[in-house]
Amino acid sequence: MLGVQLGELLDGTPPGIEEALDLVTGFDDGLVHGLGRLGEERAAALAALAGALAATPLGERAGEAAEKIAAGSVADEHLVALAGGRTALFGAVHDALLTHLDTALGRTRAPEWEPAPPAEPLSDNLLAGCRSWLNELAITGWRGVDHDLVSASGQPIEALLAVPGLRGLAVLLDGLAAELRASCPVATLDRLPTRRWSDLWTRALLLSQPGGRTAGRAEPVSGRLLILGVDMHEHGTAVQVQVHGILEPKGGGPSRLVRTSVAVAKVDTIVGPAVWQLLHRYPVLLAALAGRRSLDVTDVPLLDSGDLVWHDDRASAGEPADPFATARVQLAGALAPAVPPLDRHPVRIAEPVLVEGYKAKAADGGVTLALDGHTLTVDVDRLPASGPLTAKLVAASSACIGLVRWDGGRWLLQPLAVQTVVKGTTTEAHNGDWALGPTDPKVVKAEAKAGDVVAVLRERAGRLLRR
Amino acid sequence: MNADRTAWEQRSTVRVVSPVKPRKLAKVPFVELADGRLQGVVSSGSDINRVYVSSISAATHALNCSTNNNRPCGGLYGSSPCKHLQSLVAEAALQYGVDRVARYLRIEIDDSVSSGSGLVSRLNGHHESAPAAMVFSRFLSHLAYLELPDSTTPITELHWFPAMGAIR
Repeated sequence: MLGVQLGELLDGTPPGIEEALDLVTGFDDGLVHGLGRLGEERAAALAALAGALAATPLGERAGEAAEKIAAGSVADEHLVALAGGRTALFGAVHDALLTHLDTALGRTRAPEWEPAPPAEPLSDNLLAGCRSWLNELAITGWRGVDHDLVSASGQPIEALLAVPGLRGLAVLLDGLAAELRASCPVATLDRLPTRRWSDLWTRALLLSQPGGRTAGRAEPVSGRLLILGVDMHEHGTAVQVQVHGILEPKGGGPSRLVRTSVAVAKVDTIVGPAVWQLLHRYPVLLAALAGRRSLDVTDVPLLDSGDLVWHDDRASAGEPADPFATARVQLAGALAPAVPPLDRHPVRIAEPVLVEGYKAKAADGGVTLALDGHTLTVDVDRLPASGPLTAKLVAASSACIGLVRWDGGRWLLQPLAVQTVVKGTTTEAHNGDWALGPTDPKVVKAEAKAGDVVAVLRERAGRLLRR
Repeated sequence: MNADRTAWEQRSTVRVVSPVKPRKLAKVPFVELADGRLQGVVSSGSDINRVYVSSISAATHALNCSTNNNRPCGGLYGSSPCKHLQSLVAEAALQYGVDRVARYLRIEIDDSVSSGSGLVSRLNGHHESAPAAMVFSRFLSHLAYLELPDSTTPITELHWFPAMGAIR
């Protein structure tokens, strides 16, 4: 990302975003106090959300839902109509932001999303259990959440976890329930993560509708995968490694920006570099990350969303490939994928960029990068404990591969790798460097002190689970 | 201050649950602050197939410790909490920090309390039976996570859960 591109990105928010988010904030306030007893003001906020959708196919249903809920009748169909409305607003915000970002970067994106046939219908019993918990939450409001209400999520979540096609919903609800549990009783909290919990509630409600999912179209691809970096996602019981890279298709054709992900379940006591051990079934991928190598893949399904569905047995290690070289040479020309409709939420914007020649500055616990008179804020919270990157390292860096993200009304850079020059020698640190175990002696020592937690838990599981 | 708060409340990704600190799991594989209790599972020192289910209620400090087959722990009726309960508190203090455990158990502490043993001396409850079977089954559900199949289809929902580092 050049200075002039950064300038264009930071210069001006696309029109309408603030207004759309104000409507969302009004709706979210209703969820804080519960839709079961809306005051006049909050009822007006629901009506405003519905009003904004009046000209859309959702308009009539949303309007009716706002009226009925204001009158005290909170039924499933009303909640889902408003959740759909909130999602549509975020969809529009996402599209405006991503177009703005693509324009600033000069990035070409695959044109249209083509719908695929709906996925196999899943048992509605399972989904009904989730919907009823989510309804209860909406009626009660975050402020009314207590231990009993959180505990009621236990059974539906356990049932969902057993169904591979519902893993996304299960992981989402498990994360939300853990946050609510840790916040109980919510009534006494000083501040609430209002936007966040409403986001999670809304998405969970949409995902728990029967027939809500469509499978993306997939085509098998072969070629060379050049890794740019790793984005780590994690909560108490799940970790996902999402690798961003550039795929050079075999037999020519334009290079494509792709992601490939592996998610595994875990428990809260497995933290830091130990999470990599849970990915032991993907030795080829891990070795490429740790060794900074490219990967040769054969007949791996590529979804329209730009996601390679990883098959470790269809990949082999390629040549050493420096992600910074890949980013310098290939990133500007690679074709970016379309975004699936249901995934159009600003939280999913994660565009890989290379930033260099900046002056990094640490202040107030944060880090900013100044480039040609423009200032980009680094999201220093997003530096995972499973890798070597620290805020200090970023503040000392001169080049960075990162993901451009948007949250809380501003653009942020999430570093995936940095280059630092000390006394004329360039060193690099990447999020995936410790994929085969930490390489920093201090971290190795700390890990040794805690012992092999994964092995201990596996031993306990083996001895106690099947008796 | 107010602007900061509004900005925080209007973010999609913020840290809500403090990360647990790494600790050895060999002696106490499972600890949690849940259902109004500090509860967990302590591996027996002598029999590899036996575990003790130990719990302390937040409200009354009611103590309980029994094997997973529901035999009461022999050390439970002494003048001080049995060694399993002591280990439970010590490991909880490592995992969550002394302050969080003290707050959950409604124990007032000052700076002189820096570990679990300081907390144990401030417990004032007696033995009361507690649902050991339920705690044990929560432990089994906990272990069952490690046996769930992996997923290579992308989970978009996890974008709401970025890995946030330990403060280093």
